[in-house]
Amino acid sequence: MRFSESQLALPLAALFVTFFVAPLSVLVALSLVTEQGGNTFTAVHYIKFFTDSFNYSILFETLLLGLKATGVCLLFGYPIAWIAARAKARWQSVLIFLVILPILTSVVVRTFSWIVILGRQGILNQIVLGLGLSHEPVQLLFTEVGVVIVLAQVQMPLMVLPILTVLTRVDTNLADASRALGAGEWRTLWRVTLPLSLPGIVAGCILTYSACVTAFVTQTLIGGARLIYMPLQIYQQAIGANNWPFAAAISVIFMIAVLALISLFGMFGRRV
Amino acid sequence: MHRGHQLRLEGITHRFGEFVAVQGIDLDIAGGEIIALLGPSGCGKSTILRIVSGFISQTQGRVMFDGEEVDHLPPNRRAVGIVFQNYALFPHMTVRQNVAFGLEAQKWQRDRIAPRVDEMLSLVHMREFAERMPRELSGGQQQRVALARCLAVDPKVLLLDEPFGALDKNLRLDMQIEVKRLQREYGITTILVTHDQEEALSMADRIAVMSRGCIEQVSSPTEIYDQPATLFVNQFVGTTNIIPGELIESDATACRVRLVTGETLEATSRPGLHAGAKVVVSIRPEHMRLQDEFVPNCMRGSVKAVLPLGPYVLYEIELGAGATIKVSAPRRAAGDSLRALGQMVHAAPAKVAACLVFPSQ
Ligand SMILES: Nc1ncnc2c1ncn2[C@@H]1O[C@H](COP(=O)(O)OP(=O)(O)OP(=O)(O)O)[C@@H](O)[C@H]1O
Ligand SMILES: [Mg+2]
Repeated sequence: MRFSESQLALPLAALFVTFFVAPLSVLVALSLVTEQGGNTFTAVHYIKFFTDSFNYSILFETLLLGLKATGVCLLFGYPIAWIAARAKARWQSVLIFLVILPILTSVVVRTFSWIVILGRQGILNQIVLGLGLSHEPVQLLFTEVGVVIVLAQVQMPLMVLPILTVLTRVDTNLADASRALGAGEWRTLWRVTLPLSLPGIVAGCILTYSACVTAFVTQTLIGGARLIYMPLQIYQQAIGANNWPFAAAISVIFMIAVLALISLFGMFGRRV
Repeated sequence: MHRGHQLRLEGITHRFGEFVAVQGIDLDIAGGEIIALLGPSGCGKSTILRIVSGFISQTQGRVMFDGEEVDHLPPNRRAVGIVFQNYALFPHMTVRQNVAFGLEAQKWQRDRIAPRVDEMLSLVHMREFAERMPRELSGGQQQRVALARCLAVDPKVLLLDEPFGALDKNLRLDMQIEVKRLQREYGITTILVTHDQEEALSMADRIAVMSRGCIEQVSSPTEIYDQPATLFVNQFVGTTNIIPGELIESDATACRVRLVTGETLEATSRPGLHAGAKVVVSIRPEHMRLQDEFVPNCMRGSVKAVLPLGPYVLYEIELGAGATIKVSAPRRAAGDSLRALGQMVHAAPAKVAACLVFPSQ
């Protein structure tokens, strides 16, 4: 019972194993040869990555982007899940539908609508200018803030659904008991509801984080050419520079880094 | 030791949408009194508790503690202690943290909290379990902790929502005695919700019997049992025999009823019922005697079933006109012979006071 919540990520893991173990071995092998088709094993690509600060600043920026987007997702997702968990059945389904709407639309369509919203002449800027909040358009498109906003919206279901699942399973008498003992709404949320929904939060963060750092289309279209994150860098090395072994090496590094962070989340969830 | 706070419900009605869950509840509970809300499932008992504790605000009526209205106060400001059927201990906190929770929420000084927690845990004999998690406790132990947690903050009113429902029979008896002891010791005004009549009869100073959102009668346990105000109360508390009939004559204290079986029976009269009224007569099985010879004021029938139940024997007697009654006879000495199946007997009420009449529905 206690550990089963973090096992919410299990189906994902199963998929991961079956469909990625084989390609992964090829990837690792590829990253250890000097050039494609070669058969001398070497660590030269890894050394290259770690000796060039440009490379690991990209890695760092990508991991940080994931943290920021996950943070924003949690900040908005938790209240949404909390409200949905307490709402009447009809409102609950309306809310859930709204939250999963991004999944139901194509990535490209969704991303282009965001471009329309965030652009210099976009809807958001017209509102800002119309309300007189700023004298000139706010630069959102092709900035990290823009990427974080869009990622947070797109990945919201991955955060809300696991939290909602756990929240609906928490005995409502517990919150009532807390209130009757003299705790206000906030203390009840902080001391009772939040700790009890932690497994859902951890699962949600893991799902959201892994989705955010690898969201190639969103990162590239909203971030533009100046903001380079790991997925784009890998793509450029492989397709642009035709340097497959190096692309493979940084893929492996990226993967390990993300897994390390995710298991850190998981450990946090289990400790509490 | 304080005297306990007085609680008053005045004309409480609550609707969930169109559905009327409780209606016109008037109840005065004296300081230190323990009152049981007894009624079948869905009659609105928990709803009343939730109104008193402030989790739902009633559609109509007032809740008053010591003469002061509390309807504007949220649950955390009402000083009401609740013990839920499933105890609702915080699963992520130790026993000690659970008991300290309310004290912290009510901003007790840090150095006073630990001694208070120890005191409460000793009171319920749970001191050595202070560092355990709730899931490592048995049902009875969890309930003790829930009580300690609730009493630690010194609530004005204690609300117990079917607190013994999840316990097995022996443990239930122990906990009933324990709760009663704590309640006395603290002199705390208590509402006990239950659908177990024995629990209500044994624990409460007064019982409020409820049916479909209304209170049918509020009286002491013996009065509820011996002088039920309505047929519902009579049938819900204890078992009874119901025989239809017609009122022949009635004066201030006694009346005569002609039963469907053709016999006439003397019963306690009920105001508002006059000669000619269609009535039912109610007699409890233990208030009748079986006799071989005819006596005035009895019902003749044949023994249809014999159930020896240890200290007493339950007979089912078939009267005329398709009516059957149950009679329980104490077994005074070992080796008492039982009546045989098919034997003709006469069932006579022990007293006129044991025969009640109600208007037939
Ligand atoms: N939130 C609600 N919305 C609509 N109807 C409700 C709600 N809560 C309770 N009811 C209805 O109100 C009535 C009284 O419910 P309540 O929980 O008070 O019953 P109870 O006497 O405590 O029953 P039990 O012994 O089964 O616990 C029931 O018929 C129930 O269906
Ligand atoms: Mg109930």
